[in-house]
Amino acid sequence: MTKPDKTKPDKTKLDSAPQDDVPVSAIDISGLRKAFGANEVLRGIDLRVGAGEVVCVIGPSGSGKSTLLRCVNLLEEPSAGTVRVAGAEITDPDVDIDAVRRRIGMVFQSFNLFPHLTAVGNVEIAQRKVLRRGRAEARRVALENLERVGLADKVGAYPAQLSGGQRQRVAIARALAMGPSVMLFDEPTSALDPELVGDVLGVMRGLAETGMTMLVVTHEMGFAREVADRVAFMDGGLVVEEGPPARVIDDPSHERTRTFLSRVLDPAAARVGEGE
Amino acid sequence: MTAEAEPEAGPAGAGGLSRRRRRQVSLGGQYGLFAAVVVLVAAFADWGKLRVNFANWDVAKSLFPDIITIGLRNTAVYTAVGFGIGLAGGLVVALMRLSSVPPYRWFATVYIEVFRGLPLLLIFIFVGVGVPLAFPGTNVPGGAAGQAGLALGLAATAYLAETIRAGIEAVPRGQMEAARSLGMSYPTAMRSIVIPQAFRIVIPPLTNQLVLLCKDSSLVLFLGITLEQRELTKFGRDLAGDEGNTTPIIVAGICYLLITIPLSLLARRLEARQREAR
Repeated sequence: MTKPDKTKPDKTKLDSAPQDDVPVSAIDISGLRKAFGANEVLRGIDLRVGAGEVVCVIGPSGSGKSTLLRCVNLLEEPSAGTVRVAGAEITDPDVDIDAVRRRIGMVFQSFNLFPHLTAVGNVEIAQRKVLRRGRAEARRVALENLERVGLADKVGAYPAQLSGGQRQRVAIARALAMGPSVMLFDEPTSALDPELVGDVLGVMRGLAETGMTMLVVTHEMGFAREVADRVAFMDGGLVVEEGPPARVIDDPSHERTRTFLSRVLDPAAARVGEGE
Repeated sequence: MTAEAEPEAGPAGAGGLSRRRRRQVSLGGQYGLFAAVVVLVAAFADWGKLRVNFANWDVAKSLFPDIITIGLRNTAVYTAVGFGIGLAGGLVVALMRLSSVPPYRWFATVYIEVFRGLPLLLIFIFVGVGVPLAFPGTNVPGGAAGQAGLALGLAATAYLAETIRAGIEAVPRGQMEAARSLGMSYPTAMRSIVIPQAFRIVIPPLTNQLVLLCKDSSLVLFLGITLEQRELTKFGRDLAGDEGNTTPIIVAGICYLLITIPLSLLARRLEARQREAR
């Protein structure tokens, strides 16, 4: 149905993020709690992401990783605690949330492309409706960003005509076209066929190299080890441990981290272990 | 498979009939009955009288071109005005129904329940008689087209609101989330992301509503209209009365089908195309 991509997005030279006076801490989460009814999903999270830093959040499903990410752009409203993004306290009821979200790019596990628009239409629409860019400028920025993710030849395709990996790269281009100072990735490769994961990770690696601030929820340990400045391991709604990937992934100090990593890194062995 | 397939019956059961054989007998019986009814009706009908009364060529010819230029045209106009009002009203009521503001939701719910629960004829009489009585000296703008359109539109608003609401709810939540995370406000996200997709989803049911509305426009004959404002049903009925012949009714019926059958085909094609696009 879809042919594999020959493009090597990590080789393309990416433009750097807008040169706003980004404070030292691009994302500052403190005491964050989130409960759905009686179910407390986040139980007091403290996490900082410095400007230009890449932080990967790992952990078992149900540990609250996605909820944490969704609280950072207020797709979920925190029950308690504060979240500051690019200097704005987004949990403050008086803050203009649309203005804050403009500076936060979000990439979803399920892509969430707009199926009634072409690839270039997907990248243009928010520029036109939110940033009020003219037709020509929006088109120019859209093409630039589609090229950046290696999809210059898919400009006119509808999402239904694209592979999962291509869709996710359009979604990344769509977020980048708004010139965000922070990018959030919510398991961006979990819905992809294994052979398509590499393209998306390549784009993300290239983005990290340009100095983009990134908070990434992922199960890709190879990516985390290679690209992340820091890794946070979450379990049961808490950050259990946090530090450079070499320490958290290769030499974890907590038992729960060790158990999780042994299952993720060597699933076959873990399954045998569980069977006993 | 069927109720007769009891265990003790065995493969070629108590009646001695296999399942296939039983099916053949049953089908054969049905065909036979159908053919007998057709033959009986044909035998007892007086074909000569039927032809004169139902398919009188001279009467049919005398209907043209007025049945098209007045009847069909007015039916189309009343339907279009009603559908336009219904579409605009339906979108507003659907959005109110989905609003987070309780009074909007209450109003929408009450409106939908009231206008879905009333006979359309009552709404026509209300618009024709009630409005002039309640607001003396005022007339619904647009004459008969305005009145008929208003009556049809009031009812269509309720039906289309439910259809459009279902369409909006059928758009995955991730679409709104993606739009909001790009910095779009709720109204902008609704307008440029959710509603266009919702309308795509509900185009087939909307087309069916249009067909229903086209037929319901016949109720305009209770409004008291001039000769020039007659639509198909009234036109056919008047001429059937004048001529003492049923042919005008038949021709008016054919004219309705000229509108409704292509619309139904269109709805089916759009539906098929939509299924493909998924």
